[in-house]
Amino acid sequence: MGIPAKPTPSVKSLNCPNCGGTVQLRGLGRSLTVVCIQCLSVLDTTTPSLQVIQKFQAKERIQPLIPLGTRGKLRGDPYEVIGFQARELVVDAVAYQWREYLLFNPYKGFRYLTEYNGHWNDVTVVRSQPEVNTSGMRPTARHLGQTYQHFQHYEARTVYVMGEFPWRVRVGENATCDDYICPPRILSREASENETNWSVGEYTKGEDVWKSFQLKGSPPPAIGVFANQPSPSAGSVKEAWTRFFVWTLLLLFIQCVWAVMLHSKKTVFDQRYSFTQSGGAGTENSFVTDVFELKGRTANLNVQIATDLSNEWAYFQLALINADTGTAYDFSRQVSYYSGRDSDGSWSEGSARDSVTLPEVKPGRYYLRVEPEMDTATPATTARSVRYQIKVVHDVTTWVYFFIGFFLLLIPAIWTTLRSGSFEMKRWAESDYGSSTTASSSSGDDE
Amino acid sequence: MSKPAGNCPNCGAPLQFQFSSAVQTTCPYCKSILVRHDVNLEKVGEVADLPADPSPIQLLTEGIYKNKSFRVVGRIIYQYDQGYWNEWHCVTHQGESLWLSDAMAQYAITWHVKPQEPLPKFGQVNIGKKIQWQGVTYEVFSWHAASYVTVEGELPFEYWDKQKCSFVDLKSADNHFGTIDYSEDPPLLFLGEYVEFDSLRLKNLREFEGW
Repeated sequence: MGIPAKPTPSVKSLNCPNCGGTVQLRGLGRSLTVVCIQCLSVLDTTTPSLQVIQKFQAKERIQPLIPLGTRGKLRGDPYEVIGFQARELVVDAVAYQWREYLLFNPYKGFRYLTEYNGHWNDVTVVRSQPEVNTSGMRPTARHLGQTYQHFQHYEARTVYVMGEFPWRVRVGENATCDDYICPPRILSREASENETNWSVGEYTKGEDVWKSFQLKGSPPPAIGVFANQPSPSAGSVKEAWTRFFVWTLLLLFIQCVWAVMLHSKKTVFDQRYSFTQSGGAGTENSFVTDVFELKGRTANLNVQIATDLSNEWAYFQLALINADTGTAYDFSRQVSYYSGRDSDGSWSEGSARDSVTLPEVKPGRYYLRVEPEMDTATPATTARSVRYQIKVVHDVTTWVYFFIGFFLLLIPAIWTTLRSGSFEMKRWAESDYGSSTTASSSSGDDE
Repeated sequence: MSKPAGNCPNCGAPLQFQFSSAVQTTCPYCKSILVRHDVNLEKVGEVADLPADPSPIQLLTEGIYKNKSFRVVGRIIYQYDQGYWNEWHCVTHQGESLWLSDAMAQYAITWHVKPQEPLPKFGQVNIGKKIQWQGVTYEVFSWHAASYVTVEGELPFEYWDKQKCSFVDLKSADNHFGTIDYSEDPPLLFLGEYVEFDSLRLKNLREFEGW
């Protein structure tokens, strides 16, 4: 039934009714308007005579970075640049301008490349309706299983157009827009009276655009942080913390194995005493314990003191003395425990027990010299007394190495988090939610 | 399935139907619009000149949708403020009608659905209005007054010489697409989904020079 069609020519040349210059149509009938590059008349391509819709004056001609008619390959398909427009938004009387390149493939249709300060986005029209949620502090939009955070609300104004468009483009036309981000993607809503359009952009590096379109030279450098620019440390923050947790667990495991396998944790001395503070300060209350033997290898020695102190303090002057050589290690502990109740409920401070680990004690026969002391400041209305227990354990597990390792592992994770945080600060400074005074890093427009 | 055949009552050209339930067709030789009454064909009008047509799809384009092969047998062309759009009438190998729409090179497959409840009137539909059909929540994203341009090939109903046609387009959060066609009373509902061009594995497409 169909009469075989000849291949449709891809470029159609017409004359501009305003200036007579050549107008090329590359959209194969998909476009509604074309802009004469000579006289900047906006022409209606649906009329045979290319009726003039609008003439606009531009302070200066904006030269697209990718010339009209350039073909490139995006996502495996060839696309041709057929239209170009510059749009701007105004914040605090400052205009921020970005450029949009309209790309066309007769089978796949349209897509866009947008560029702002050297940041590029590969944009397509969204087909699934995003679901906006405004119940939280900031609106979000869900699209294809991903949640996008609201970034900014603005009026976009078209200030310059070139080439063809599949809609009736006008200079000076406004659209109400909302951007939502989920780096590297940006979801944009553009609303007019009888239509709401959503598009999704994916952050693209200038170099990749240059490669796709085989452009000469190098792309303009990207200035600042763009709304949906992927953070260089976005993935690595999670990675850094994952690494931290894995290594900490490993360290913990080694610590446990070490504790079970290698340490004898042998109680070599355990004795209970009681002490009553008598006499004034300076009274000698010291005594020595029985001798105990440390066998095996040189290892640490843990001295534990458990008391029944309550709202009191006691001070223990201690010395570990080698029974054979007389060598003494002096050390001391203060034990205090206070508790009570007040308007905030019950409270307590300190602990009735304490312990100290002496490192590297050689094997041999030892005893302790103990000199307890208690408060004598108040008059001796009640005699102060304490019952206590001294327990000595040889070769205990210490957590020192574990904690050193833990903190060393913590450093890179925190560093990565901070670095990522500062990137996010720069990103959001440009949004509706940034501090308004700092949103001005985009002074260097590249025209 | 035997395909009906006949001769154009206007020019006598032999016509072979691709779609056994076709109600209307056009004569590719004399451009008559023909309506079928059993075995007789009646000329009801003539097709307008086809506009500069951007669609890569054409009559006899073949493709596959959800494991069903289909063939394009006809179309309706509309014009609205965003340009032309084509509703390509496709017939599957099982003889079902499908519509493949191409609007600004966005493709959707829909089929005619009879709604359980009456459809809202055109003036009562606002952007953002939600309507549920077949367990899917659709949201109105566009309404437009379109105009009928012309028809080509075989259609499952009589459709010619229309004037204004109003449409409401809806989509869901999961790629479903729907359209309410107000050119009939009561309006017609078409439901389906957006499709990727490549996923239809189309053959016998139009060729564009240099592409």
